[in-house]
Amino acid sequence: MDDLNPQIPLTELKVGEHAHIVSIPSGRMIQQRLVSIGITPGIEVTMTQNYHHGPLVVTVRDTRIALGTGEAKRILVRKFSLS
Amino acid sequence: MSTFSPAQIPSKQQKQKEFTIALAGQPNMGKSTLFNLLTGLNQHVGNWTGKTIEKREGTFVYKDHHIHLIDLPGTYGLSANSPEELLARDFILQEHPDLVIAVVSAVNLERSLYLVSELVLLPTPVIIALNMMDVAQQEKIEIDVPVLQAAIGLPVIPIIATRASGVEELLVSMNAIFDGKLNPAPRIPKIRPDHQEIQCQIKSLIAGFIPKVYPLNWCALKVLEGDVEVTQKIRETLPIESWEMVATILKAHDDAFLAIVSGRYAWIEDLIRKCVRKPPIGQIGLTDRLDRWATHPVYGIIILAAILGMIFGLTFSIGTPIQEWLETALITPFSSIVSSWLSASPPWLASFVVNGLIGGVGSVLTFLPIIMIFFAVFGILEDVGYMARAAFVMDNFMHMMGLHGKSFLPLFLGFGCNVPAVMGTRVIETWSARVLTIILAPFIPCTARMAVLAFLAPAFFGSQAILVTWGLILFSLIMLIMTGVLLNRIIFKGERTAFVMELPLYHRPNLRSTGLMVGQRLLAFVKKAGTVILAFSAVIWCLSFFPGASLDQSFLAQIGGFLEPVGRWMGFDWRLTVALLTSFMAKENAIATLGILFGNTSDMGLSNSLIAAYSPAVALSYMTASLLFIPCAATVAVIRQESGSWRWTFLNIGLMLVLSIALAGSINLIASAIGL
Repeated sequence: MDDLNPQIPLTELKVGEHAHIVSIPSGRMIQQRLVSIGITPGIEVTMTQNYHHGPLVVTVRDTRIALGTGEAKRILVRKFSLS
Repeated sequence: MSTFSPAQIPSKQQKQKEFTIALAGQPNMGKSTLFNLLTGLNQHVGNWTGKTIEKREGTFVYKDHHIHLIDLPGTYGLSANSPEELLARDFILQEHPDLVIAVVSAVNLERSLYLVSELVLLPTPVIIALNMMDVAQQEKIEIDVPVLQAAIGLPVIPIIATRASGVEELLVSMNAIFDGKLNPAPRIPKIRPDHQEIQCQIKSLIAGFIPKVYPLNWCALKVLEGDVEVTQKIRETLPIESWEMVATILKAHDDAFLAIVSGRYAWIEDLIRKCVRKPPIGQIGLTDRLDRWATHPVYGIIILAAILGMIFGLTFSIGTPIQEWLETALITPFSSIVSSWLSASPPWLASFVVNGLIGGVGSVLTFLPIIMIFFAVFGILEDVGYMARAAFVMDNFMHMMGLHGKSFLPLFLGFGCNVPAVMGTRVIETWSARVLTIILAPFIPCTARMAVLAFLAPAFFGSQAILVTWGLILFSLIMLIMTGVLLNRIIFKGERTAFVMELPLYHRPNLRSTGLMVGQRLLAFVKKAGTVILAFSAVIWCLSFFPGASLDQSFLAQIGGFLEPVGRWMGFDWRLTVALLTSFMAKENAIATLGILFGNTSDMGLSNSLIAAYSPAVALSYMTASLLFIPCAATVAVIRQESGSWRWTFLNIGLMLVLSIALAGSINLIASAIGL
């Protein structure tokens, strides 16, 4: 899609930035938890709160989801190109 | 007024048809509000057989149909990864309800339809209750209901559960299904063509080897998804060569899980595109504005501390006077009436009833107002959506103990009473995190222990009482953290759990739901008072009354005397030792016991006797011990029940026993040394 932008961990997304989720951590438990709450590869994610330490809040499918740093680091995203 | 009514006991003359409905929905969809609306007070809260998951069921009557409504646990999906999800799907597959009502939210329809995308794969008919239409309207979200209904192939009924709107339409639709006038044929989420082929292969391999209640198609899909439970069951029954073929297929398609999930979301996105119109993003709603403060790493903690302070302020400023009023206006006169009734009976009987039963259970029951206020405020905060924020801001802090934010909620509840706190650990997904939270919960000073502090601290420390009280509470919280950090390192080996939690939209609390929930928590407490505490009161009374003569020669005094060497290390005489022991029955009993032992039941008199008998150093030591002493009998019972083993229960008891004795002793030594 936006091949120009590199893959970065979700934690590096700044507040208000939008991105597509490229991949979610492997591991059946964590995958089940994430997908059933709406975090799937390909979906658009908006960073709602990120103080760069501690848990962050993202908005996915109109839902605010709190994620621990450990989980967020392992979710890779690709920022939208400016259009 | 609608024509449904909470059920009377069905008389045999009435020709009522009986039906069972399962209510399904993700958390925060207003499912319990709808459940309460339909069943009113005709509901019962228990446990699912063999599980520590709450089961709520109720009944209502609608047009000659007698309906048994089961509230399934709130789950995001129907996978095998949590006991709640397993239970929800097993109920639908094994108990064959006549209908599933799926509650979804109009505000985040996209996510809430995920559960529906799994429900439509099961054989039971589904009706969709599209809740929170009012909030959607506020947020300017337009949903074309007829289009959604046509696209999904299921009846979709818009409702506003908090205002009881749309319920009649929901029931009409329910009846249409029961009477066979409506046969919903849902559109099923598609899976990728190559996976369809594999699903067919798996189907032919497992056909005839699956549990009878499982539909073949669903089973094959679940195997392909890598569902642990279904796969395990099939592996057990399948001939080895067929299983090996299935395993080979699965190995070659380990991407199947995400592909199937994506197929479900594609199904949902297609529905959303057809029928939902949203305002352009970028608008800042109420939730975002409040969350700038409530989830801020610094202000969020300050707000949480302020709310906590407010809860305590409210609980004790309103609750304590009511408690005292109950004591003087109800329990005392009741005791004297009963003793005059019993004046003709032998003195031991009168003493047993008045001092043992009424004294023991009565003093615990006077705590009801305090606990009720605490639960009510907690329940409102939960309903408003704040509690998820509290968990969020505490996440960093909880990480020190290898726990995450969600463990904070039950611990918070523990300030009211440890019993619901231990039961509240059910919200934690990982077993090790849950057990650790269960073990730590009794370290939280509950209202009963704070009442002991509130009595002793002013007596011994006068104007410094507040400082001493807060210091001791802080001290026991520090002990909680240290214990948590240590246990996490030693027993749980630093296992960490994923923190994934929804932050629901803030909304106005539903006082009816909160009221019912508070009522249920109180009822559980009263039941405990009527059984466990009653029995213990009787035992303690016997120990204090027999073998006769005076209290100094009673069994209780003998036990106290026997344990005196341990007590002496903490600066206690036998009376304080006995008081500490009786706090096992119920923490606030310590004061009642001292009252009996000093022969002084009025508060003023007891304060003065205690000041005369003990030094402030001993008082400090006693307060420390009573904060950290083994949990009360009711808490021990629920720890056993929730942890499912005596091992964890005894670990907790042993830990707290050793800690309380060691720390109280040290404090006594230090305080005496500095001349207190």
